[in-house]
Amino acid sequence: MPPFLQVDNLARHYQGVKAVDGISFTIEKGRCFGLLGPNGAGKTTTVEMLEGINEPTCGSILYQGKLLGARFKDEAGIMFQTTALQDYITVRETLEMFQQMYPRTTPLSDLIESCSLAEFLDRDTRKLSGGQRQRLLLAIALVNDPQVVFLDEPTTGLDPQARRNFWELVQSIKKRGKTIVLTTHYMEEAYVLCDDIIIMDHGKIIAQGKPEELLANHFGDVVVQLPKMDFPANCTQLETLENGDVVEILSNDVNDTIHQLIELNVPLVGLRIRPRTLEDLFLALTGRELRV
Amino acid sequence: MRFRRFLAILRARNKEFWRDRAALAWNLLFPIMIIGGFAVAFSGDGPDLYKVGIAATQAEQKLHFEETRYIQFIPVTDTSAAITKVERHQLDMLVEPSSQRFWINDTSPAGYLLERLLKGSDEGFQREVVTGAGVRYVDWLISGILAMNLMFSALFGVGFVIVRYRKNGMLKRIKATPVTAFEFIAAQVMSRLWLLLSVSVLVFVGTDLFLDFRMYGSYLDLLIVFILGAVCLISLGLLMAARLASEELAGGLLNAISWPMMFLSGVWFSLEGVNPWLQKLAQVLPLTHVIDGARAIMIDGAGLMDILPNLTVLVVMTAVFLAIGAYTFKWE
Repeated sequence: MPPFLQVDNLARHYQGVKAVDGISFTIEKGRCFGLLGPNGAGKTTTVEMLEGINEPTCGSILYQGKLLGARFKDEAGIMFQTTALQDYITVRETLEMFQQMYPRTTPLSDLIESCSLAEFLDRDTRKLSGGQRQRLLLAIALVNDPQVVFLDEPTTGLDPQARRNFWELVQSIKKRGKTIVLTTHYMEEAYVLCDDIIIMDHGKIIAQGKPEELLANHFGDVVVQLPKMDFPANCTQLETLENGDVVEILSNDVNDTIHQLIELNVPLVGLRIRPRTLEDLFLALTGRELRV
Repeated sequence: MRFRRFLAILRARNKEFWRDRAALAWNLLFPIMIIGGFAVAFSGDGPDLYKVGIAATQAEQKLHFEETRYIQFIPVTDTSAAITKVERHQLDMLVEPSSQRFWINDTSPAGYLLERLLKGSDEGFQREVVTGAGVRYVDWLISGILAMNLMFSALFGVGFVIVRYRKNGMLKRIKATPVTAFEFIAAQVMSRLWLLLSVSVLVFVGTDLFLDFRMYGSYLDLLIVFILGAVCLISLGLLMAARLASEELAGGLLNAISWPMMFLSGVWFSLEGVNPWLQKLAQVLPLTHVIDGARAIMIDGAGLMDILPNLTVLVVMTAVFLAIGAYTFKWE
């Protein structure tokens, strides 16, 4: 059986700029696949080629072994990074309009329930909050009962609570067996939602795999954090990194590190231990902070 | 083409328009205000410049009368058509030097004055009298205003809106669905056509109630001219919007084509007697053919066969605009 989505040597050049520079990967059915990277890494360009919106300069994309065609349009649900909605019509009318565009549709009641739209169903789309708008855009992406759902930076600009609510919606879609392709520059979002990820930078893939495996393969250590004011100024016994008001010690053995700190008479009241994150991985791979 | 998809977009666009009360009110009130304003401003005998037709003559036969200032002398080749214009008060006098005859309308005070002026400058002319009710300026203006409103609404209502949809990502969202460009565009055209015709009928009926226009032709013929005109102007709007993504540029371009049409297509004044070069230019403007056709039906009682050249030009222009528009159309 051919892979669900197979991408080979995909590239897209804009006036001499290689926005996407020869990348290959496969997406398996029923998984949540994440494209990560900073702004301008080529995530949106890649995902728009997968959606069939943008033509690749070269390379191929196969959906269940076949080139993207009319059938793919019927079976794909898309949530763009920015989409204007038709003014002066309500949430319900918007959904009905999109329903009429597809041969196969999800019942309205299912959409209302799965995207929590009931409280603002008859509101003009111009009067929605950021979180409500994203929920409506997600519902539009689900209107044709798609096999694969593309979410392009779906939580950018949302407050933390709205973002967490949105994650719950995505997880419930995943439980229904849909394949999800997600782009994000929030590493935490990718870690919570994605089964497989690729990390992109300057149009190329710089890391690829399952999030836990990537972290385990690149890092054997954890990070011990202490407030900077509690830490002796010229300590040479421990290797440290400064991160704002916090001093970070990379530790392969937490017991050993704590013993050393006690010997140095460092107060441990503000001590915290955190695991390595995908942001650390991006920093380690590129030497740059993620959010530039 | 799937009719269901076409209808989905058509319905949503219609709802958007009818619920946008400010835009709707403006579309209705603007033409009514202009017609009402002009009806009051020109409730007399129209612009106070005398128009005299001079039937084709040789240069050495130039009359002293033609040296009179403040009279516009218009060379005419078709004497019988010019006599009809005297009947309708579109010409105040017609002079034919070769036969030493002149025509005036006995219901027009201008004819009396011009007769005295002619007799004071040139001898031996024979008087011919015609009668007929004058075509008021407002009778003449109504078809121009309706067509002008059609033009602005078609160009900006389709052209500008599509550019806006392209800029804000709405077109891209539609492109991601199975809807085809043709279905999308057809829905935009139908939605605007239906709106334009509704507004035109309302404005026509509304202003006719208190101005009682001269309408000698068939209402069905007039409707056909307006439908062909609306489709042609909407197609021009689509052509302008085929690939622009900047509302500022689109606005500038739409103004650059709508303003010359407003002045050169005979909305406000007849181009008779102006530079022949301008008259030729006016013939390439679609609005000219809408107005000429509508005016011929309303004022002269012309039938569709009489205005066949105008209708043909409109159909050909529509086909050209749509073909280029569809060929160059871009979703993004």
